Amino acid sequence: MSKSKETIDVTRLDEPLVQVDNLVVSFGTHEVLNGVSFSIARGQTLAVIGESGCGKTVLLKSLIGLIQPAAGSVKLSGADIATISSATLAELRTRTGFVFQQAALFDSLTVRENIAFPLSFNEPSDQNIEERCDQLLIELGLDPSISDCYPGELSGGMRKRVGMARALMMRPELLLYDEPTTGLDPIVSDVINELILRTRINHFVTSIIVTHDMKTVRKTADRVLMLLPASQLNKGENQIIFDGPPSELDRTSDMRVQQFVRGDAGDRIAALVSDNSFTDGEWK
Amino acid sequence: MASGTVRTPNPNSRPAVLVQVANALYALGNFTVFCFKSISSLTTKGVQRGTLLPAAYQIGVQSIPVVALTGLFIGMVLAVQSYFQFHQLGMENRMGAMINITLVRELGPVLAATMLAGRVGSAIAAELGTMRVSEQIDAIDSMGISPIRYLVVPRVTACLLLVPALTIVADLVGVAGGFLYSSLALNIDAAQYFYNSKEYVTGFDLATGIIKSVFFGISIGLISCYHGFHCRVGARGVGRAATGAFVSAFVIILFLDLLLGIALDTIYFQFNPGGNSLL
Repeated sequence: MSKSKETIDVTRLDEPLVQVDNLVVSFGTHEVLNGVSFSIARGQTLAVIGESGCGKTVLLKSLIGLIQPAAGSVKLSGADIATISSATLAELRTRTGFVFQQAALFDSLTVRENIAFPLSFNEPSDQNIEERCDQLLIELGLDPSISDCYPGELSGGMRKRVGMARALMMRPELLLYDEPTTGLDPIVSDVINELILRTRINHFVTSIIVTHDMKTVRKTADRVLMLLPASQLNKGENQIIFDGPPSELDRTSDMRVQQFVRGDAGDRIAALVSDNSFTDGEWK
Repeated sequence: MASGTVRTPNPNSRPAVLVQVANALYALGNFTVFCFKSISSLTTKGVQRGTLLPAAYQIGVQSIPVVALTGLFIGMVLAVQSYFQFHQLGMENRMGAMINITLVRELGPVLAATMLAGRVGSAIAAELGTMRVSEQIDAIDSMGISPIRYLVVPRVTACLLLVPALTIVADLVGVAGGFLYSSLALNIDAAQYFYNSKEYVTGFDLATGIIKSVFFGISIGLISCYHGFHCRVGARGVGRAATGAFVSAFVIILFLDLLLGIALDTIYFQFNPGGNSLL
């Protein structure tokens, strides 16, 4: 099949929307993901948790080819993103929304221009861009009067919501959230959680949420994956140490999962002190 | 052009040299791929609508004052420096030829390009570097839009078109500066000054400068975009990208100046074996 005729069959609802097999990602000699495998059914909301540096964001970026894996495969709608043409990958990306940790809004563009950005480039002939921008702003609880503001004039919560609006502009079937509530106060965090739930219902999107926030996990996710940093893996151990519904998190016997869920430092400080990294109240 | 690295070299160990060579080759390979992608995007898909004018304004229009000022001072400094030697030989009336040949062939293009590498190249590297660090480039990529086409192609095209145009501005203002200083401060006859300039400065001299500036322009655009795209994390990363862009572009400008000087002179003397002597 020639590349120009390459198409993705989106009608096969029986197969998982995302399928990851033995994904390995390394930066130089530092291995971040070590043989991660999982799949997500359409409509599901998956939360990926784990301590800082365990590779959650790397995993999220690998799903749409922003980071190239050293081994393994990622299939989106049944298409292996490593083997499809760049045009097909670009087309797949238009059906995926990414909400970045710091929103990644373009500073030189207004809110309206930011939200319209993906549509104005991918479908410039669309006559309803402005109307759709306003619609999304209202849906995400923002006043359309902020359309002419620049990102620098918005609060953190507003920026996140504008980032969500931009991600929804192309009517995606998969939404990837990178730490959607990080840096927000508890009330605004809950607003974001509510919006994630509403977005799922209104747009019937499949969502993957990378987060540390257990409230977000419990409120929004159907399923949770917990990753362990590759450096802490025992020989032959799977990097995913928990895969199940959020309600199972408290019942698991794995102490590492329980420690993370409770937010318990445990023996971490003691280990550092014995390592001479932390002595006399100071970090060395 | 050292952005992507293979391994951090240990200066105390002997194989560190090999690691540095490997890093340099890796960076060179990366840069080649980046240039190929950019030029291929420009030639096959063209410039994205609405992206060229803002880049042209930032790179071209906003650079006019600094480039004109550079040209003015080069012209005047050339007059100051050459007057004594020419006066000793009793040839001060021919200073115009020397000043203008030097300006249009060499100093105009090189100093205008150097100034633009500092003003425009660093700004592009810092802007794209900040976009890289704050994940804005990833955001563009994640929307199925090519960051090369949206960010690099308009900037490289603007540099390609406007560095030669700014070189012409520097040349014109430099010619005026050299003439004004020579005639007003050094009392050289204005008619003789221009007569000699007209006699000795050929269209080939002017073309040499313009051809050089085309190469300088595309180098500034590609090198600064490359440094911005491969910026490392943090404020230090952005600073290093901006500095690296200027230093790399400056070295490449000097290298290309030598290479093009030799090549263009060889072509010129093929068609004009006697040359055109001031004496």
